[in-house]
Amino acid sequence: MSVPAEQNTPVIKEILFGRANQKIFRDGLWDNNPITYQVMGICSALAVTTNVSTALVMSLGLIFVQGFSEAIISALRNHIPPRIRIIVQMAVVSTFVITLDLVLKAYFYPIWKQLTVFIGLIITNTLVVARLEGFAMHNPPWKSFLDGTGNAMGYGLALIVVSSLREILGSGTLLGFHVIPGSFYEQGYSNNGLMLLSPGAFFVLGLLIWGHRTIAKYVEGK
Amino acid sequence: MKFVEKIMQKFGAPFQKNGPLEKLYPLYEAIDTFVLTPGKVTRKAPHVRDSVDLKRMMVFVIIALVPATVMGIYNTGYQMLLAQQAAPDLMACLRLGAGKVLPIIAVSYAVGGFWEVLFAVVRKHEINEGLLVTGLLFPLVLPPTIPLWMVAVGISFGVVMGKELFGGTGYNVFNPALLARACLFFAYPSQMSGAKVWVAVDGYTRATPLGVVSQAAHGVDPVQALAGAGYTFQDLFWGLRPGSIGETSTFACILGLVFLLITRVANWKIVLSCVAGTFTMATIFSLFNGPNQPAYFALPVYWHYVLGGFAFGAVFMATDPVSAPATRLGHWIYGFMIGAITVIVRVANPAYPEGMMLAILFMNVFASSIDYTVMMSHIGSRNKRNRALSSVK
Repeated sequence: MSVPAEQNTPVIKEILFGRANQKIFRDGLWDNNPITYQVMGICSALAVTTNVSTALVMSLGLIFVQGFSEAIISALRNHIPPRIRIIVQMAVVSTFVITLDLVLKAYFYPIWKQLTVFIGLIITNTLVVARLEGFAMHNPPWKSFLDGTGNAMGYGLALIVVSSLREILGSGTLLGFHVIPGSFYEQGYSNNGLMLLSPGAFFVLGLLIWGHRTIAKYVEGK
Repeated sequence: MKFVEKIMQKFGAPFQKNGPLEKLYPLYEAIDTFVLTPGKVTRKAPHVRDSVDLKRMMVFVIIALVPATVMGIYNTGYQMLLAQQAAPDLMACLRLGAGKVLPIIAVSYAVGGFWEVLFAVVRKHEINEGLLVTGLLFPLVLPPTIPLWMVAVGISFGVVMGKELFGGTGYNVFNPALLARACLFFAYPSQMSGAKVWVAVDGYTRATPLGVVSQAAHGVDPVQALAGAGYTFQDLFWGLRPGSIGETSTFACILGLVFLLITRVANWKIVLSCVAGTFTMATIFSLFNGPNQPAYFALPVYWHYVLGGFAFGAVFMATDPVSAPATRLGHWIYGFMIGAITVIVRVANPAYPEGMMLAILFMNVFASSIDYTVMMSHIGSRNKRNRALSSVK
């Protein structure tokens, strides 16, 4: 077992929401956004973004799962034998996913019916495993928790932007309310069916990545 | 010419460096090089002297599109008058058709041009001439009833997602005009397909020849079905049938093809292999024809050439030099596959009566892989030969 680096350094009391911790949290939201920068979890981003409500639930679910599983794995990180670490990670993630699934089933049955397939697939979401491997295995629990929630929120943010565009353009509604006035339809406006198909999600996602990288001045391979 | 030069100089002053309109320089540059031959010389060898540059080439394509455009305008009017059971007088047809078609072309050029200029200004490159062709090709593959705002959406998608996203003219993977049509086709299927959209008269329904054949009952002779719906081979060849604006007349497409071949803009190998691919695939399907098969199976091969967008696609879309392969063998493979896939989509897929657009876009994706494979096999065979030669020594 490798000795984690921070054990050798003298312990400095860190402020709970200090600058370093804020940065960890902020990274996932913008600079290192899972969708537009790391391009992870795209499959679920395509599947759940035909309307905002499913995207919202999915994002909240992921924030919950990601934050807590990173914290737990991080707390256990010195006791997990490296060879079976993926199995341990999966066990922890699955526990939270199943909890989430049961809670939704109990209290939000209609949404659960739509989302249960995708909730189950959170376990295989590349984002979850990547952050567990890349961050939680090397950092203390509180930081890992911040990293987890930050990344999941960044993921959720991208999901909500994509799903809003897709729902408004594809169905003319937002969260189920009609936002495009009926007079538009009388003038010959019609909904964009492409937005409801998976390729539509790819187009919107591609534009989002383009926009984000233009603003952040990020060029791949540099 | 001195006169034009003077005007351009006077007019161009504010666009030069440090001028008030410096940012809009690409706009000036485009007009300047359009009316005058640029005086710039390449700094390093090779110094090829050739009057055919990108601008000239695009203008040739525009000229080649003139017959299809005029025929499209005439036919649009003709179909309207036919639907209203009025006498299809030549002038009336052109007037009515122009009223429908010209706004579509204008919107296509205006919106496409807006994006083109915007990207040229932001990215500080020249305005590409590709838009001249894209802006005319796109309206010609639309139904005449298309709402103008959809034209704007389509051309925006084609120019931005199909071209600028990849880096502008010369870098695009897909034919932008066709990608724009595909966008509208999937986004607004009820305005882009069906029996209602092809004649610009409200509420008038007439199935296109493609629709007639694909909806004919199993075992029915498709030629009889077409005749029953009032379509003869002559009508289809000359272009007097409902359909997308520019695609109806095979004859006009052949005229354009002749011009493109004389000026060597289009590649004859692609067109010929396209025809061959359709012939082969349609023949194979007709071998499997039986009483339980869809009527499409029994369609004689030569009908495939005058139906739908085959002629227009093979002449103007498949030969687009940017999205087609660049190797000689690649041209043959590419064209053949377009022809074959078109027939497969038409005959075997009941959801889409026409397959030309999908076939070309599909093969666009493979163009670079075809080139790569062809070159690799060339390199391999030459290496083999060299090794054989050196071992003889």
